[in-house]
Amino acid sequence: MAVMTLIEGLRQGMDEALAADPRVFIIGEDVGARGGVFRATQGLFDKYGGDRVIDSPLAESSIVGVGIGAALAGLLPICEIQFADFIYPAFNQIVNEAARMYYRSAGDWHVPLVIRVPYGGGVGGGLYHSQSVESLFAHQPGLKVVVPSTPADAKGLIKAALYDPNPVIIFEPKKGYRGIKGEVPEGEIVTSIGAARVARMGGDVSVFAYGMMAYYAEQAAEMVAVEGIDAEIIDLRTLAPVDRESILASVRKTGKALIVYEDNLTLGYGAEVAALIADDGFEFLDAPVRRLAAPDVPATPFSHPMQDFFMINPDKIAAAIRELAAY
Amino acid sequence: MTQKTLDKPSAYLSEATLHAILRAMLLSRRFDERAWLLHRQGKIVFHASAMGHEAAQVGAVFAIHRGVDYVCPYYRDLAMMIALGWGARALMLDVYAKPGGISSAGRQMPNHFSDRRLGVVSTSAPVAVQVVHAAGMAFAIKYKARLGLPTPDDAPRLALTTLGEGSTSQGDFHEALNWAGVHTLPLICLVENNGYAISVKLQAQMAIRDVSERAAGYGIHGAVVDGMDALAVYDTVYEAAQRAYNGDGATLIDAKVYRFTPHSSDDDDRSYRSREEVEAARANDPILRLRQTLIDLGALTAADFEEMDAEVRSEVDAAQAEVEAMPDPAPEDALADVFAPGRVDAWQS
Repeated sequence: MAVMTLIEGLRQGMDEALAADPRVFIIGEDVGARGGVFRATQGLFDKYGGDRVIDSPLAESSIVGVGIGAALAGLLPICEIQFADFIYPAFNQIVNEAARMYYRSAGDWHVPLVIRVPYGGGVGGGLYHSQSVESLFAHQPGLKVVVPSTPADAKGLIKAALYDPNPVIIFEPKKGYRGIKGEVPEGEIVTSIGAARVARMGGDVSVFAYGMMAYYAEQAAEMVAVEGIDAEIIDLRTLAPVDRESILASVRKTGKALIVYEDNLTLGYGAEVAALIADDGFEFLDAPVRRLAAPDVPATPFSHPMQDFFMINPDKIAAAIRELAAY
Repeated sequence: MTQKTLDKPSAYLSEATLHAILRAMLLSRRFDERAWLLHRQGKIVFHASAMGHEAAQVGAVFAIHRGVDYVCPYYRDLAMMIALGWGARALMLDVYAKPGGISSAGRQMPNHFSDRRLGVVSTSAPVAVQVVHAAGMAFAIKYKARLGLPTPDDAPRLALTTLGEGSTSQGDFHEALNWAGVHTLPLICLVENNGYAISVKLQAQMAIRDVSERAAGYGIHGAVVDGMDALAVYDTVYEAAQRAYNGDGATLIDAKVYRFTPHSSDDDDRSYRSREEVEAARANDPILRLRQTLIDLGALTAADFEEMDAEVRSEVDAAQAEVEAMPDPAPEDALADVFAPGRVDAWQS
């Protein structure tokens, strides 16, 4: 099995899909000759041409809205939003249009659309190149929201998203594009949407995370392991639909739940996981459910000391695990 | 006396087609009048009218490949739905929010049209979003042709979208027409310009007189048409359709119409326009105009019209009687159709 980076896994998934199905095409800002500002589509323009890897006008609402129209007409678009921070002009098209189309037409029209969105901080991007906006979309019935934290899942989730008849947003942890490496199977792999991944088995504390935070949580688990704390890491991987059973099974085993996310604390995705555990896992708990997330300030500051203060890192996660283990 | 000028595409319409255009407009009007009555009786909770817009809507639809080309309409297009093939029954199912409703089976308010079999994309309420979808569908038409994807002979070859002139202030209108220009898309954007966005007058909406002036800014074609004249609309849209079919790009059409009623059953237009203005506009009724044109052309008699009117009225009566007696949706139907099941069909090369 080849070892590759997260962004290479993603690119291989798109490459194979473009090769296998002429209905698949990519639209977005700078996705063509430039290969995307993060190089996610590097080489695809040369291989498949400008008819299929298409530089869009610089306007997010129409990147998604044209994608919706093309999907309604039988194509399978991959729309790239350059940074999660720029997704708001497309919010209406995603939420009011793509997510509601199947329901509002009583199953007559469906929108097989994939939206790729680099997200997350710790890259020196300041307020507008760092945001985590997943909870805004995971809140919307009709949308599926997935977040890979391994190269294999990056490939498997983009395949799954393309074959799904519904709109799917892939939030890609851009800090891990090149930093996260792993084995990726050759050829066709599809990661099931709706299934979490047990990234590390453990019996003392359950840590629920996704994207970069799942990667960091695994590092934190190794840090506390030498101290005799055995953390279980659940990579949620798909936020909508959420894998309730895997979450509850882990809490049943450990009795302690820590949820880590790099979005702001209040009403972030971890709030829903905490509520889910409170509803259906209360009797398993030996400690309060804890959330570790960014402070409630508008977004990641640019200056490095402030950014580091804002961001969650393996040390902060390890400290939270220790505290919960000691409860 | 109307002269039949053979340089216009409409001159080649058969008498049967001319009657079909008039009948669609008339059925829309009679349904529309009934809906206001039903609203006053408390039998239905909402209605938005097409009265005054019928010529623009019906004339446009008859100029494209009806029921095959894509249509992304807006909420006022009930005459357009009739021209595409709907009867009073389909409209009645929507206003009564019955389970058999084609648009949404009772999920959406009336006037939020959808019918996949006719190429009509489900409509929402935020304005101008559908213009972007139409650009995307036009993009797909061109994409399939460029890649040589197999398409049946009766595949859509253009996308027609409509909106009010107020909606042209939205960013999505700009973004969509910019795509249409950049990619030379087979798109027709028909603005049903009635001069009012609910209460806001045209002059508060834009600093130009004709919406179509904006076409130059997108590198697409622009046209202005008397939207109260069904055959003039037919001619203008026909030309736009040939342009789209021939790969020569998009057209932005400003069809000047007048809304004879308040914006919707929840609006009272007395606060923003005078009764005299409305009465003067009603004298220019598009249905009476087409009736007179066809009589002048010798294509219709007054008796034909009376017969047609009686026939559409009885269709509305029958639809109301049938639909009113139908059961409402089961409450738990609210939970269905959130996600499409399964996966997309595998590609068959």
